[in-house]
Amino acid sequence: MNMNRRNLLKVSAIAGGGMMLQMTIPLAQADANGPLVRSKELNVYVQLDSDGQITIFSATPEMGQGIKTSLPMIIAEEMGARWEDVQVIDAPLDSKYGMQGAGGSTSIPRNFQEMRKMGASAREMLIGAAALLMEVEREDLQARDSQVVHKSGESRSFGQLATLAAEQPVPDPEFLSYKDPRAYSIIGTSIGSVDNLVIAAGQSKFGIDVDVPDMKYATYTRCPRVGGVAKRFNKAEIIGMPGIADAFIVEPDDRAGEAQMPFLKGLAVLRGGVAIVGDDTWAVMDAKSNLKVDWDYSSASQDSWASMIEEAKRIAASEKGETKAGDDSVEQILTDTANRSIESYYEFPYVAHICMEPMNCTAHFKKGENGGADSFEIWMGSQFPGQVKEIAMNVFGVTPDNVTVHPQRLGGGFGRRAIHDFAVEAMVISHKTGLPIKLTWTRTDDIHNDFFRVGGFENMQGAVDSNGKLAAWDQHYIGFSKGGRPVIGSGLRGNELPFAVLENARVRQSLMPIDTMCGAWRAPSSNTNAFVEQSFIHELAELAGRDHLEFLLELFGDPRWVDEGNVNAINTGRASDVIKLAAKQAGWGTPLPAGKGLGLSFYFCHAAHVAEVAEVTVNDDKTFSVDRVTVAVDVGPIINRSGALNQVQGSVIDGLSTMALQQITIEDGVIQEDNFNEYTVMRLAQTPEVNVHFIESDNPSTGLGEPALPPLAPAVTNAIYAANGERIRVMPLTKAGYKLV
Amino acid sequence: MSTYKIVINGEVQEVEARPDMPLLWVLRDKLKLTGTKYGCGIAQCGACTVHVNGQAMRSCVLPISAVSGDVTTIEGLADGGNLHPLQEAWIEHDVPQCGYCQAGQIMSAAALLAVNDKPTEAEIDQALAGNYCRCGTNIRIRKAVAAAALSYNAA
Repeated sequence: MNMNRRNLLKVSAIAGGGMMLQMTIPLAQADANGPLVRSKELNVYVQLDSDGQITIFSATPEMGQGIKTSLPMIIAEEMGARWEDVQVIDAPLDSKYGMQGAGGSTSIPRNFQEMRKMGASAREMLIGAAALLMEVEREDLQARDSQVVHKSGESRSFGQLATLAAEQPVPDPEFLSYKDPRAYSIIGTSIGSVDNLVIAAGQSKFGIDVDVPDMKYATYTRCPRVGGVAKRFNKAEIIGMPGIADAFIVEPDDRAGEAQMPFLKGLAVLRGGVAIVGDDTWAVMDAKSNLKVDWDYSSASQDSWASMIEEAKRIAASEKGETKAGDDSVEQILTDTANRSIESYYEFPYVAHICMEPMNCTAHFKKGENGGADSFEIWMGSQFPGQVKEIAMNVFGVTPDNVTVHPQRLGGGFGRRAIHDFAVEAMVISHKTGLPIKLTWTRTDDIHNDFFRVGGFENMQGAVDSNGKLAAWDQHYIGFSKGGRPVIGSGLRGNELPFAVLENARVRQSLMPIDTMCGAWRAPSSNTNAFVEQSFIHELAELAGRDHLEFLLELFGDPRWVDEGNVNAINTGRASDVIKLAAKQAGWGTPLPAGKGLGLSFYFCHAAHVAEVAEVTVNDDKTFSVDRVTVAVDVGPIINRSGALNQVQGSVIDGLSTMALQQITIEDGVIQEDNFNEYTVMRLAQTPEVNVHFIESDNPSTGLGEPALPPLAPAVTNAIYAANGERIRVMPLTKAGYKLV
Repeated sequence: MSTYKIVINGEVQEVEARPDMPLLWVLRDKLKLTGTKYGCGIAQCGACTVHVNGQAMRSCVLPISAVSGDVTTIEGLADGGNLHPLQEAWIEHDVPQCGYCQAGQIMSAAALLAVNDKPTEAEIDQALAGNYCRCGTNIRIRKAVAAAALSYNAA
């Protein structure tokens, strides 16, 4: 196969113990330090070798969103590198890279300009070196294809210039100029992820694969009900099991919660439980399955999904809630007999993150010797790895200077790995034992102790006037709170449709207190609100007897920013453009055979305008297939076409899997789904065709990890309505009797 | 503890383990072959898929005492320095996102191609029905398996 040899370092990997397998493994996965000794540093992100190898550091956690490829592409583009000459290496956690984190689809918008600056700065140093070496004017030089080329045609390779370039003054960022996007040769192309080879060869290392000398293995068993603590357990029996070194009770500690990311502060991340330490993962998992704990439930959660359903119905029928937007004048329009109005009640469940790599962390606490300071060494996949320094300080009094963090590739994040409960647990166990500890959660731990996507309910009322236009919108959000505040993802954003563009709209909110843990789950709040709002717009279009596409487009009116200059607010023109494109590409308006239907939706979040049209086939027995999903996306210019396509297709599949199949049920504080046999994921055979169309407007480029997920659910339920006339107002679809095939 | 001799990726390995220790943990913790992943422990997600005598097996529920035959893991799938056609197709089609489930996907697909090098789309779906991918790389997995089947035939 056509692989770039330059980019790869021949190393010997031991396969099956002993057999030497010659594999080509990118340098990034080999010892990063050795071959880099002779590299010249142009800035913290760019190093050059005299043989022409260009090393670009990736400082943002990679969890499948492709950032380890897309950000280096921006640097390579601006410096005039050939992509074939670039190798990408994971940067260590270091303050010189600024905030190293990934979440909220912000990595592209947050880093784009910085990456350009790094590339342009390296380019100017190379040009400076070439001007000296060739004794020509800088103005007559250009960097391209890993060379600096003079107008005469004479050139020097980046490799030849490496040493001298590193000695050039670093340009003042204010005077840097940037490439004309029309001349881009890397940005906007399709480039495979830089780690594809190591992943396909089974050589890529995730947190769960970390192995350090003298390491012991651990499990941690939390009280099945949040807030419960361990009183005693069958310690003698557990310690007597083969391969078990120690077992002990861990008390909850609120200080760990105070040391989380700002938006997660206060969550109970160190829950009471029992730690088991042993010689291998199997030994501690096996012992865990024999663990018998006497729990103190006196402060434990009594949450019940069935009770939440009943309470929400009561609230919807009898309470007004707190008005968050609009006013009561909407009631007049809703009851005006000249208008037609409807009321609909929606429900969506709690769901789990189920990252394919269960939560894990390896921690090594070292007691300071001879009056020296205590220290921690931590290995883990995290969306915000630097956060453990705050935990070390708050919980263990270990100062940030004495905490070394080794960020690992994440086997899925989706918001789950923004919370560091697994790290605190590993740190506690290592602190107590003084040993390097690899804590691995079982899948059941992972589901039971998730910070869930919050469930909720929305009571919707709307009216259309005699001309069939949307006249009033009243949205009552019935969600959940903790400590008097809405939990993450429970509530509405200020720029929801249609109240961002409609005058006669009111939004009300009622919150029920819970103990169940909630967190950020891929497109928080958007992933459920899109379902409700975009379904209800379709209901109103049907009430008016109008075409859904026409009705939806009419909401937007003239092209404008709803909040001028704010890219995080809807642009009505861009919204219309993606909707029209998706509808056209999906064949909107073309008659379909019986049992088939098209469903449309639009959603705006994470600065992205996304429209989706689902085509479904529904059978009389309520089995259904999603045959095709057509997506139109405006996130500005695309950095990596292959990566962007992968994100959109993945979001559609993840969205479908979740809305069709997944639900967390809580009974008396206990999570009822134990493993993948009860909490399932869509199979290959259930996968739709996904056709993606990008509108590359002059918006700045923004992120794609999340915004293509929210519109999927309403596109599917709207399509089912089109196919058989049944309106589904509940997720997952299994609850409405529908089975995805 | 008992001593087991098993052939892994063509080499005889001697390991000390309890009879009920699943092959997955023998590979990962004892032999440090971490390409095979833990996902669920109950044979539902396919992340731990290996070959035993060429057949795709879920190593998380296969006790070491029950392993009879040659074991191949993702680390041993390539033929010397030559990647397996599936591994090449995975790179070519830019399949992985987070990458965690991919070894299991590739091992399931490799067992299929070994006995059926002209699989239909339904046969591909069937062979990989036991493999989960939460990132949703399903579409590219299908494409890569189909493409690998073609080059399998050409080889």
